[in-house]
Amino acid sequence: MAAVRVLDRLGVEFEYPPDQTCCGQPMFNSGCFRDAAKLAQKILKTFRGYDHVVCPSGSCTGMIREYYDLLLEEEKDDPDFRRLVTRTHELCEFIIDVLGIETWAGSFPHKVGLHQSCHGLRGLGLGVPSELAASGRTGKVRKLLESLGGLELVTLSRSDECCGFGGTFSVFEPDVSSFMGLDRLADHERAGAEIIASYDVSCLMHLEGLIRRRKKPLRVMHIAEILDGASA
Amino acid sequence: MKSHAVLAAGFLKDAGRARWHDEALWYVREKRDRLVRSVPGWEELRDTAHAIKRHALANLSSYLEEFERNAAARGAVVHYAADAGEHNRMILDILRARGARLLAKSKSMLTEECGLNDFLESNGVEVVETDLGERIIQFARERPSHIVMPAIHKKKEEVGEIFHRHLGTAAGESDPTALTRAARVHLREKFLAAPAGLSGVNFAVAETGAIIICTNEGNADLVTSLPDVHIAVMGVEKLIPRSRDLSVFLRLLARSATGQPVTAYTSHLLGPRPGQEMHIVIVDNGRSDILKSARFHRAAFCLRCAACLNTCPVFRRSGGHTYNYVIPGPIGTILAPHRDLKKYKDMPFASSLCGSCSAVCPVKIDIHRQIVLWRNEIVEAGYLGRVKSAVLKTATAVMRNARIFTAAGALGRRALRLAPRFFYNNRLTIWGKTRDLPQLPARSFRSQYKAYRKTGKAGESRD
Repeated sequence: MAAVRVLDRLGVEFEYPPDQTCCGQPMFNSGCFRDAAKLAQKILKTFRGYDHVVCPSGSCTGMIREYYDLLLEEEKDDPDFRRLVTRTHELCEFIIDVLGIETWAGSFPHKVGLHQSCHGLRGLGLGVPSELAASGRTGKVRKLLESLGGLELVTLSRSDECCGFGGTFSVFEPDVSSFMGLDRLADHERAGAEIIASYDVSCLMHLEGLIRRRKKPLRVMHIAEILDGASA
Repeated sequence: MKSHAVLAAGFLKDAGRARWHDEALWYVREKRDRLVRSVPGWEELRDTAHAIKRHALANLSSYLEEFERNAAARGAVVHYAADAGEHNRMILDILRARGARLLAKSKSMLTEECGLNDFLESNGVEVVETDLGERIIQFARERPSHIVMPAIHKKKEEVGEIFHRHLGTAAGESDPTALTRAARVHLREKFLAAPAGLSGVNFAVAETGAIIICTNEGNADLVTSLPDVHIAVMGVEKLIPRSRDLSVFLRLLARSATGQPVTAYTSHLLGPRPGQEMHIVIVDNGRSDILKSARFHRAAFCLRCAACLNTCPVFRRSGGHTYNYVIPGPIGTILAPHRDLKKYKDMPFASSLCGSCSAVCPVKIDIHRQIVLWRNEIVEAGYLGRVKSAVLKTATAVMRNARIFTAAGALGRRALRLAPRFFYNNRLTIWGKTRDLPQLPARSFRSQYKAYRKTGKAGESRD
């Protein structure tokens, strides 16, 4: 509900179409394009007629924006479809790019590690991937978080290493997946983070699962929860 | 044949070693990052390299003719091999015609792909790898675990032990300088004794007939110049149109591969030295099929720099020997299925699809996208496996209907609340072996949202 409260606070007129389910990413990433296409059809039908689609998950947004063209080839000239694939935004992206808001009023006095989920980072450009030669730029989400009073973003030794969730990868390759997750946690611990923040629930579910099993003194929060929790 | 997941689980049993492997490769990745940031227009260079490859490979037949004409004019003999078997037999024939029973070889992934060493050895030719890493694994009777650092999986103590056994270095000697010196002395003898030398090729220039070889150890220069016969082997994709294109590729290659501004040696060979025979074997071995494929043709642009291996979080934590194909890591993952989709069906699933491979690739191959597309090919061919397919089919059926989806969610929440913790967080499930399930809120988002719409209140903030 944090995302709902954030949108409320911004005065955006929005609704949650109850007919929606899943964007089809688990099927797509497993190679089951036919199954994924059925769910993509459903998303298209559900979200017809809206100006924008806002989604508090980088990977679901990326799925729609980057890969729906592959799944729904016959819809490619449908204006509703074009609108869906160009106007679906991750929540922070919506706040920054569509609403033009780059700072957030309020304070959140905690040490936070920003986990830049891969699809949002490289697919949507929510951050500046460490591979690219574009030094000096600051990522969008980082900027938004940095504007919060009292929030200290810790410096990780690997700024955007994958956490190892990877959708069905987490169960197809559980050992590598968990090892990657533990390395990610260790990096945050070394940097002194209290909270791991991300714009992707799925990475956080994986990391939280590892934290709770090992009873580590870390917790995970979605960016929407931080924005919502920031006291004015 | 064990799958990547099983082999990787084995690799990770020694967590200390796995972290060491990860750190060693991450060090190279960071070196690369520092260097590429110092090159103005790095990203544009990548675009240019991509465009040159696209152009060269789209016009391959005319560039091949041009290259052959120019190389022949400089005194080289150009051969064409359709596949690995033809490549191997051609080389054996060249060696036999000169009575050569010892071949000094510099690094070539193509010969690994073709299985040349085993073929020659079984035909009575002694093959000596002269690249240090390659020589180490040749002694150990292993295959390379990495494209440009073939023995990266070996610790220096292990190399010391191998050299003690094969080169008679002192027991327990693991000083890299001492070991390298021992290898140098040993390899000098081979360089001087070998009647024939074989090298790979990094680039072949159509307009001049030159071949360019990039190495750090200088071994390729000895292999190509000392023996009376030099055989250079290359995949058709190594062809570039003009010499000036090298100004793009040579700036990209070493920086991407090892984080060096340029390799220690960049040798331009324009024909044989006086009195020497030079053969250039151009190999297809499936490359034209890759080029014909609409979904996958860009895989043929690969320079074999291995930047995608160094950056891959899965490769770093599983090692090259967990990939069953001769070329490991992300690039191997999109090349192997061209060879045998069924045999290598596990490889495309050995990826978290983080996309870092595509972001480092100097010729901008859409590696992670191709990995997903290969998964689709595997599903369509019916190789995904019954259980996985059934689970995903059921999930799709549930999610096509919002009411059933909501009911399933409610059922799941209730089951998780009522069941004892060990029932769902036990170590027998794949998820639960290392991870707990998330604590679910008592009420679904749907019902909270409904209440919000009714009352206008979105509940309290968590913090």
